[in-house]
Amino acid sequence: MTDLDSFRSETRAWLEANCPEEMRQPIKGEDDVYWGGRNATFKSDAQKSWFEACLAKGYTVPEWPKEYGGAGLSPAEGKILRQEMGRIKARSPLQSFGIWMLGPALLHFGTEEQKVHYLGQIARGEIRWCQGYSEPGSGSDLVSLQTFGEDKGDHWVVNGQKIWTSYADKCDWIFCLVRTNKEDKYRGISFLLFDMETPGVTTKPIKLISGNSPFCETFFDNVTVPKDQIVGELNRGWDVAKYLLGHEREMISGGGLGDGSASLGGKVKPEIGSNALGQLDDPMLRADLAHFDVDVLAFKAMAEKFVDEMKAKKSHPAQPNMMKYAGTELNKRRHELVMASGGSDALEWESEGSHHGAKPRTWLRTKANSIEGGTSEVMLNVISKRILELPGA
Amino acid sequence: MAMYLNDDQSALQDSVRDFVSTEAPVSHLRGLRDAKDEDGFSRKLWQQFAEMGFNGILVSEDEDGLGMGHLEAGIVLEEIGRNLTPSPFLTTSVAGVAALNAGGKHLRDKYIPGILAGETILGLAIEEGPKHRPDKIAMEASRSGNGFKLNGRKSFVIHGASADALIVAARTAGSAGDEEGVTLFMVDRDAAGLSAESARLVDNGQAAAVTFNGVEVDADAVIGEVDQGQAVLTALLQAGRTGAAAEMVGVGAGAMDMTVDYLKQRKQFGQMIGEFQALQHRASHLYSEMEIARAAVMKAQQLLDEGNAGADVMVSVAKAKAGRTANLAVREGVQMHGGIGMTDEYDIGFYMKRDRALSEFMGDANYHANRVAELNGY
Repeated sequence: MTDLDSFRSETRAWLEANCPEEMRQPIKGEDDVYWGGRNATFKSDAQKSWFEACLAKGYTVPEWPKEYGGAGLSPAEGKILRQEMGRIKARSPLQSFGIWMLGPALLHFGTEEQKVHYLGQIARGEIRWCQGYSEPGSGSDLVSLQTFGEDKGDHWVVNGQKIWTSYADKCDWIFCLVRTNKEDKYRGISFLLFDMETPGVTTKPIKLISGNSPFCETFFDNVTVPKDQIVGELNRGWDVAKYLLGHEREMISGGGLGDGSASLGGKVKPEIGSNALGQLDDPMLRADLAHFDVDVLAFKAMAEKFVDEMKAKKSHPAQPNMMKYAGTELNKRRHELVMASGGSDALEWESEGSHHGAKPRTWLRTKANSIEGGTSEVMLNVISKRILELPGA
Repeated sequence: MAMYLNDDQSALQDSVRDFVSTEAPVSHLRGLRDAKDEDGFSRKLWQQFAEMGFNGILVSEDEDGLGMGHLEAGIVLEEIGRNLTPSPFLTTSVAGVAALNAGGKHLRDKYIPGILAGETILGLAIEEGPKHRPDKIAMEASRSGNGFKLNGRKSFVIHGASADALIVAARTAGSAGDEEGVTLFMVDRDAAGLSAESARLVDNGQAAAVTFNGVEVDADAVIGEVDQGQAVLTALLQAGRTGAAAEMVGVGAGAMDMTVDYLKQRKQFGQMIGEFQALQHRASHLYSEMEIARAAVMKAQQLLDEGNAGADVMVSVAKAKAGRTANLAVREGVQMHGGIGMTDEYDIGFYMKRDRALSEFMGDANYHANRVAELNGY
């Protein structure tokens, strides 16, 4: 038995012993997800015990080094853990923008002190982070951002406004792009970290077409940020931002894969009904679902290949843009098909039976997938320029 | 298994890429077509394939092959697709050898040495109509003395007129649609009562309609077990479908590369047409789809090589995805080339033709998407 084989059997046994049955059920509502943070509460004992078991093992961030709260798993071991968790449909014990986005940027650009301090907090789920990137006048053209940090010796004073800040009203700290030099567009931005409880920070939720408010407007009115809360060099925050966007795009791209059950057609069969041959009663919808399932399984292979290549440093640096483009377009298609399969039942917006309109609200929410974190059109621009090297792109 | 080529596989890819692009680039196909070559492929090139060892990729080392897998076979096929190389490699060394590997040793002893030497060519006589329907095989093989007597007609037998032997799927029991009752046979091309009528196809491939008029074969012509041919047929189809998908990835990639190059050369309105965002976005979408198709094919190859039960659905995913994507690549290729793309002188049209033929080979994208639905119970 190779080391990896024994790691797999150990992992399987550990999951069997530590992942409660309730944590292997599909996520139904927002509170089934544990985000951590200062004000976090567990929905159930099972959620708590699963989180604590993973924390003790370093499995909230399995591939981070042990000194920063991870389990120090190799890429091959990390893949096995993901496969084994997927096999029993285990939920993620802790979700956070700290894990997916800030963490990788800190591992790459942070000082040793920052790594020990912030990464440890993220791994333990103590601080919930939000991202301050977009501004009202700077969406796809992010680098034109205007929020300004004035140099006051040992600190900056930040003024300006961010928009589309995910869960800003529920988060403890923000990683934020702030202009520190008005003369240089690209080399005039710094990557700052600060507490959302700092005087001068206010948030205002934005109600979306889904009726929910996962995003906020965030205002900074003379917010003081100490100088040691910068990641990377002064005025070189764009490098950090681009690195982090790669991870964000990778994360968003995962949406198209759904909840792990491979076939959407199989899942909606009870709603649609079937004929004597056991085929869906609606032949045209069945054909759409079949081609969709082909695309999902193909994209799943691509996602696995992308992660393997990235970890072996064999992937093109612009490849996350391709993944983001394809994954988000796929997820939008998924929810169009969920709605079509549900028919008039899927129109219910407020009833108990519909889980307060989970289907239509999720369908509407997915329309943002190809806008947030860089629009599909921007992704195609990046592929044209950096991968295909087309002229003038 | 990590989803990238290991060092040995990368080395194989380098050598195949170099060999195929030197010995059989698109001009090689054009030459055969212009000469109205009867085989539609070069027997000299087939011997060179043998000398390179490619013909033995799926043959075990015990039987003097390389003992490699579908992933390595796919490396060769992707380059065949990229260069549109006409070759019996897919039917003989991939699908044919996979069937023999699942069948009897006595047949391998008889046919494998010739394949390894670049002499023997196999044809696959599976289809009975214009669309792929392997579950509806109706052609009859009735018991006769110690063996069987074959009567009926098979179509779309690629290289059927050039082949030395045909792998024939026929019904020895039951009726069309039954799971059991199909038997696979090795039938020598020169058997009495067998006639092949060859037609040149749109891509300059040669496919035969083969008529069996009381063709007698011995019991030892049976590949695998009588009435239980499904296992051998499955091995043959999985290898052929995955291989065709790999070749289509090559066809799509070749068409895409050629088109992206053209976008960087052709000027209109005083600028390179690749500067137009309308074309940039379409090219980038195609790139994205090609990457996904390539990953799907690689996954199918790896699962087949592992003997994983999940291979079945993934093979159909690979053929469907590669089919739709290569088709997108050749359509975009011709359109973005504009008028020159419609000329026979320019190569992009050859890509469109090969894609069309490959998409029908062992089931098109709709056939395989339907199969994915069935395997998922809907």
